[in-house]
Amino acid sequence: MRFSGLKVLAEGLRGQKGWTPQWRDPEPKPAYDAIIIGGGGHGLSTAYYLAKEHGLTNIAVLEKGYLGGGNVGRNTTIVRANYFLPGNSEFYSHSLKLWEGLEADLNYNVMHSQRGLINLFHSDGQRDAFARRGNAMRNQGDDAELLDADGVRRHLPYLDFENTRFPIYGGLLHKRGGTARHDAVAWGYARGADSRGVDLIQNCEVTGIDIENGVVRGVQTTRGAIRAKKVGIVVAGRSGQVAAMAGMRLPIESHVLQAFVTEGLKPCIDHVVSFGMGHFYISQSDKGGLVFGGDLDFYSSYAQRGNLPMKEHVMDAAMTLMPMIGKARVLRSWGGIMDMTPDGSPIIDKTDTEGLFIDCGWCYGGFKAVPGSGFSFAHLMATGRHHAPAAGFRLDRFRTGVGLMDEEGTGSQHNLH
Amino acid sequence: MRLDCPTCGTRDRREFTYQGDALALDRPSRDAGDAAWDDYLHNRENPAGQTRDLWYHDACGTWAVVTRDTVTHAVHGSVAATDATR
Ligand SMILES: Cc1cc2nc3c(=O)[nH]c(=O)nc-3n(C[C@H](O)[C@H](O)[C@H](O)COP(=O)(O)OP(=O)(O)OC[C@H]3O[C@@H](n4cnc5c(N)ncnc54)[C@H](O)[C@@H]3O)c2cc1C
Ligand SMILES: [Zn+2]
Repeated sequence: MRFSGLKVLAEGLRGQKGWTPQWRDPEPKPAYDAIIIGGGGHGLSTAYYLAKEHGLTNIAVLEKGYLGGGNVGRNTTIVRANYFLPGNSEFYSHSLKLWEGLEADLNYNVMHSQRGLINLFHSDGQRDAFARRGNAMRNQGDDAELLDADGVRRHLPYLDFENTRFPIYGGLLHKRGGTARHDAVAWGYARGADSRGVDLIQNCEVTGIDIENGVVRGVQTTRGAIRAKKVGIVVAGRSGQVAAMAGMRLPIESHVLQAFVTEGLKPCIDHVVSFGMGHFYISQSDKGGLVFGGDLDFYSSYAQRGNLPMKEHVMDAAMTLMPMIGKARVLRSWGGIMDMTPDGSPIIDKTDTEGLFIDCGWCYGGFKAVPGSGFSFAHLMATGRHHAPAAGFRLDRFRTGVGLMDEEGTGSQHNLH
Repeated sequence: MRLDCPTCGTRDRREFTYQGDALALDRPSRDAGDAAWDDYLHNRENPAGQTRDLWYHDACGTWAVVTRDTVTHAVHGSVAATDATR
């Protein structure tokens, strides 16, 4: 089934009775050419590009819950390419270009909205740092524009510009930055993969990885053993547990990140606004809710919910930046499990086991990476060679110290990102 | 979340600074080799369940090894890092 304006109109006239399920619900086969563990954004996009770019269709995605029930459905949906370091810069640039063609490619409305992202600064030193970042973005071929305070005021008149502690000096505008509908991205990739023959198997938890003489043979699951020549681990916050099934210990700690949404309001925040000094960022969803968040709670956790201190901190920062938000009522808050690496950058690599690959360490920024990560990980799994834009995401960079990508410049240590 | 300081008793999480896995107490020798140092600095068991991690009580300066559940956030006690069995 293809979506089109005509189809929507026709279904409207026929009482919406002609829609069919978006993907099959197949039984697992005894063997596949490749298995993807994890049906989040990255797992589903990997399966899609394995099928589309590399013609590998005898493959399965194994998901322990339901498709898109993990972080891909829990994030605050910011999509951007404003990275600074070589290695990250070209990867996120590639990913944003895939985003820009995604709806046409998937024939699916992922509500990608390039409404512009503004990173605020509050001192001369910060202005210099953002000017430098903007130059790095433009050198990469992406867009960046340095705004002074009046420039920011034209876009965001509702901010408190004269705040005593953090007066607004200006902002870095990234026009192609924005948001997308998170579940729709998972659903669009799921539908695209399924229509190319990929088996999407839900309620199927991987409980073991079978390895013989250093070569992967398949996996054990709650729905039986499944053989495979290649296996990709793409389980975000659960990477430590699944890697342990292959005898690996990863440079990853799982932490909780919270997010918040208010009741639905009339349109009032047109951009994505990032207030780094307060560890606060905000946008408004198409449904009207103000979606915002802050920093990690900063202790390892698998709870998918956080504690009060960070909630208070985020609310404080919101009130500091935009006092008008005090009139809105918070509807919900939730948390997700973040796979944090020491340098804050991800991992897309082979493992010491032949045929076993891993894609993880996306920290709190993996939603924007969903297309790029799937594309590059599929390339690695299919060809055995690193895809150029993701070639820096090596697993061994921590041990060797070569090629660390510490975007924030705080040091490559677990509690610093 | 409230944590136990071995010196002061149960206190609000806001009074503590988190360091990470209590593995930090097992510093390898200088010549242990890069694999041992990699395990010490980077690689983590990262358990979903019981863990031991290091917290600093800002109020009194005690380093505590807290036994905690990462899934439920329940705290099962703590000892001063100086008394912790490695
Ligand atoms: C509050 C919050 C805000 C965020 N905001 C942003 C943002 O604005 N922009 C941005 O770019 N990123 C953001 N992120 C980060 C982003 O959501 C994640 O980095 C990204 O979604 C992780 O990849 P994924 O989608 O594949 O993960 P997930 O959706 O978590 O997928 C992993 C899947 O693996 C499955 N799984 C785990 N173990 C097993 C097993 N043993 N067997 C089978 N399946 C298994 C899980 O059930 C899960 O469905 C945010 C995250 C959170 C929590
Ligand atoms: Zn104390």
